[in-house]
Amino acid sequence: MLELATHTLLDPAGMDSADLERALGRLVEGRVDLGDLYFQHRQNEGWALEDGIVKSGSFAIDQGVGVRAISGTGTGFAYADAINMPALMQAAGNARAIARAGQSGTLPVARRVEAPALYASDNPVDAVDSASKVDLLRTIDSYTRSLDPRITQVNVSLSCQHESILVAASDGTLAGDVRPLIRLDVRVIAEQGDRRESGNAGGGGRYALAGLMRPEAWQHFADEAVRQALVNLEAVDAPAGFMKVVLGPGWPGVLLHEAIGHGLEGDFHRKGISAFSGRMGERIATEHCTVVDDGTLADRRGSLSIDDEGTPGARNVLIENGRLTGLMQDKLNARAMGVAPTGNGRRESFAHLPLPRMTNTYMLPGEHAPEDIIASVDDGVYAVNFNGGQVDITSGKFVFVASEAYRIRNGKLGPALKGATLIGNGPDVLTRVAMVGNDLALDSGVGVCGKEGQGVPVGVGQPTLRIDGLTVGGTQ
Amino acid sequence: MSEALDLPAETRAPLLHDHERERTMLEDAAGQVLARARAGGADAAEVSVSSSHGRDVTVRLGEIDVLEDARDRGVSVTVYIGRASGSASTGDLGEESLRRAVEQALAIARHTQPDPAGGLAPAELMADRVEDFDQWHPLNLDMNTLIDRARAIEQAGLDADARVDNSEGASVSANAAIGVYANSHGFVGSGKSTRFGQSCVLVAQDASGMQRDWDWDDQGRYDRLAGPEATGCKAAERAVRRLGARTAPSGRAPVLYANEAALGLIRHLVGAVSGGNLYRRSSFLLDAQGKKIFPDWVDIVENPHLPGASRSSSFDAEGVATRKAPLVERGVLQRYVLGSYSARKLGLQTTANAGGVRNLIFSPGQRNFEQLLAEMDRGLVVTEVMGQGVNLVTGDYSRGASGFWVENGSIAYPVEEITIAGNLRDMFAGLAAAGSDLETRRNIHVPSLLLEAMTVAGQEG
Repeated sequence: MLELATHTLLDPAGMDSADLERALGRLVEGRVDLGDLYFQHRQNEGWALEDGIVKSGSFAIDQGVGVRAISGTGTGFAYADAINMPALMQAAGNARAIARAGQSGTLPVARRVEAPALYASDNPVDAVDSASKVDLLRTIDSYTRSLDPRITQVNVSLSCQHESILVAASDGTLAGDVRPLIRLDVRVIAEQGDRRESGNAGGGGRYALAGLMRPEAWQHFADEAVRQALVNLEAVDAPAGFMKVVLGPGWPGVLLHEAIGHGLEGDFHRKGISAFSGRMGERIATEHCTVVDDGTLADRRGSLSIDDEGTPGARNVLIENGRLTGLMQDKLNARAMGVAPTGNGRRESFAHLPLPRMTNTYMLPGEHAPEDIIASVDDGVYAVNFNGGQVDITSGKFVFVASEAYRIRNGKLGPALKGATLIGNGPDVLTRVAMVGNDLALDSGVGVCGKEGQGVPVGVGQPTLRIDGLTVGGTQ
Repeated sequence: MSEALDLPAETRAPLLHDHERERTMLEDAAGQVLARARAGGADAAEVSVSSSHGRDVTVRLGEIDVLEDARDRGVSVTVYIGRASGSASTGDLGEESLRRAVEQALAIARHTQPDPAGGLAPAELMADRVEDFDQWHPLNLDMNTLIDRARAIEQAGLDADARVDNSEGASVSANAAIGVYANSHGFVGSGKSTRFGQSCVLVAQDASGMQRDWDWDDQGRYDRLAGPEATGCKAAERAVRRLGARTAPSGRAPVLYANEAALGLIRHLVGAVSGGNLYRRSSFLLDAQGKKIFPDWVDIVENPHLPGASRSSSFDAEGVATRKAPLVERGVLQRYVLGSYSARKLGLQTTANAGGVRNLIFSPGQRNFEQLLAEMDRGLVVTEVMGQGVNLVTGDYSRGASGFWVENGSIAYPVEEITIAGNLRDMFAGLAAAGSDLETRRNIHVPSLLLEAMTVAGQEG
């Protein structure tokens, strides 16, 4: 991967490892604890179908280099949107504004970071020609429209990304990665009488486009989008109040991402502003709960062979049998807290600073059959699809928004419910997990996590869960 | 720690000090792109080119947290071959990179299908003059000046209340930007603006737990920014007043959206009357033009020519001349929010809203916030909403919220971990009053808004 990344990022500018050393040397003049250079080249291609025609397409190239100098917990940062030696040296000069006068650092010998490749380096932009992509969208459109006469609008979009990165740091790190990322989305509107409702489904990951072009893959998304829209046509007003909630497997794992995940990111702990600050080793969940953040799953949207600081991706146990056991760290916060980085240093692009971020976050399976979990609830809500969520990491309050849910009465599923927000408190929601299903599933590959204005692709997952008490924001 | 940093010369120079040369360079790039597009077989083309330079500092607990020097350029081009289109963008304005972007856009246009609604906005609607709206106020601010200001903001907040015992930092930023839009009708328009911002996020703590809140300001002129003490103290006050928050009683109750939260309601209105959602039949306000959607006393006007506002412009994102125009008058929706594409899809004319609305202003009422509390008597004040629980297709609305419970016309206690739900159509029709406290710092200016009733859910029956 390092050779491929070097070929893409440095060769065109006629730069080599001596140039990297020269720039790092400039960066660590004065008292700098860590300096790094992050080279990135990213191609994005998107196609969109609407009203039965592929009416828009776009292509974007973004490339540049981000230069960072860390002194204590202070960071100097500059970037250039061209990769060449003068731009790099100028950015290095600006980034080292943070450095106090003092002894210059010395550079250790560059150490190549080796990590197993978790995804193929194929370029999904080039590997399939444009005509085939356009045909794929049209085929999906006619298939989707044929599913039900109540479908009045179909939108299909395909996005393909290919990214090369190279990290060189004053701690000797030298690492590269080549990351594909693809995604297909189907959105429909269904109309019946006066009612109009939407349905969405989609997915993807870090794999070749051939995987999404198989009919069984895209038909599943089309079927799902149509099914959801038709279910919503029949939905009744959701209840309002505090009640038992059963969450389905897979994407509802957005619960873990919001309620637990963000609060366990190292920067919030270094600053002491997380609702989980100072609670390491304590019980924060029932003993049925083990939650991991795992960047090492093959082909997944949130996976990273190496993170954006050159640390190999890892599987980190955040909660083990109900006890808080791990945080997610980047280099700056790990250094400040005296621990090792965990492979969670991520950035949206060369023009953004790395932060501790999640990869694929999920709960390990328990022993209950999902139907037994539903049958155990007298009065509550069963929620199977969500629109994403949000958390206040200091107060711990989080929301996530159900887009497909059903009433449960006397252990039986009742009518579909209109979309409703669920709200809870991160530090105690997992202490209310009464049953964990045996049906762990990961989401289909659509997650984008936002933090400090930076979006990065992530994954979530969980088995069916019964939570004995969440506030449901319906109107009845 | 107050020593000045020994700054590299680059970080002391004025932002985009050579702005006339930069603008000429951007206009040249735009011209080059259009010429290449025509030479490559495009029947029409449009291009946007931008350049910005900013400095951003964050100080936390008195120490420098981040110093950032941010320099961005970008170009995006759309070409039309007949009625088929293709777009490309890149961050590098070098000749080779521009050539490739045009080629890529052309390659895409050869594969997309003809779209009867596609193409540039009509030539006769192009703005014939580009006015200056008082948006350029460059000032040579080096990093040390910004750092000192950030320290003063944070320190004022930390000193304001003993319960404020932690900080996520105070930030100060200065930014200068130039943008050029050109198309093959021969239209070329450009604008330049400066922005200065400051914000502070503080954490307060007592026996009930920890709460975080913030305050901010954003202005086109540095000397218009709120004083450092004002921003720091306001952030402290906002964090402290959340301490001891609990859940609220469930049931139907009036809801007073403080102006910062009321903004979201008007954003949903804009979303629902925007061309893209209308022609996709993804709005609860289809066919609402000319219909009454608010009470009689509601007026909302768009003024794209407001002096000093960051979004003011003589032309929209397609070069179409903008003008002051009502959106809602006496409660009646006067028009949609359209660019030329969605206008053609709907059989209407563009409203010069390609790229969105510019300075949308909800006419404020007579009563101040306390008078609105008195009018509400018992209910909920919402200062923050959470999550994505708004369905514009149906108008169904369900959000997490925090704020204050009100009894006997005054604030009784802070609340959190509650939801508020309703349907936007009913919420708009059920507006009871608007405050006099117009919030003018964002693109949509909104006062606090009192709604007759929504469903509130908390842990108490």
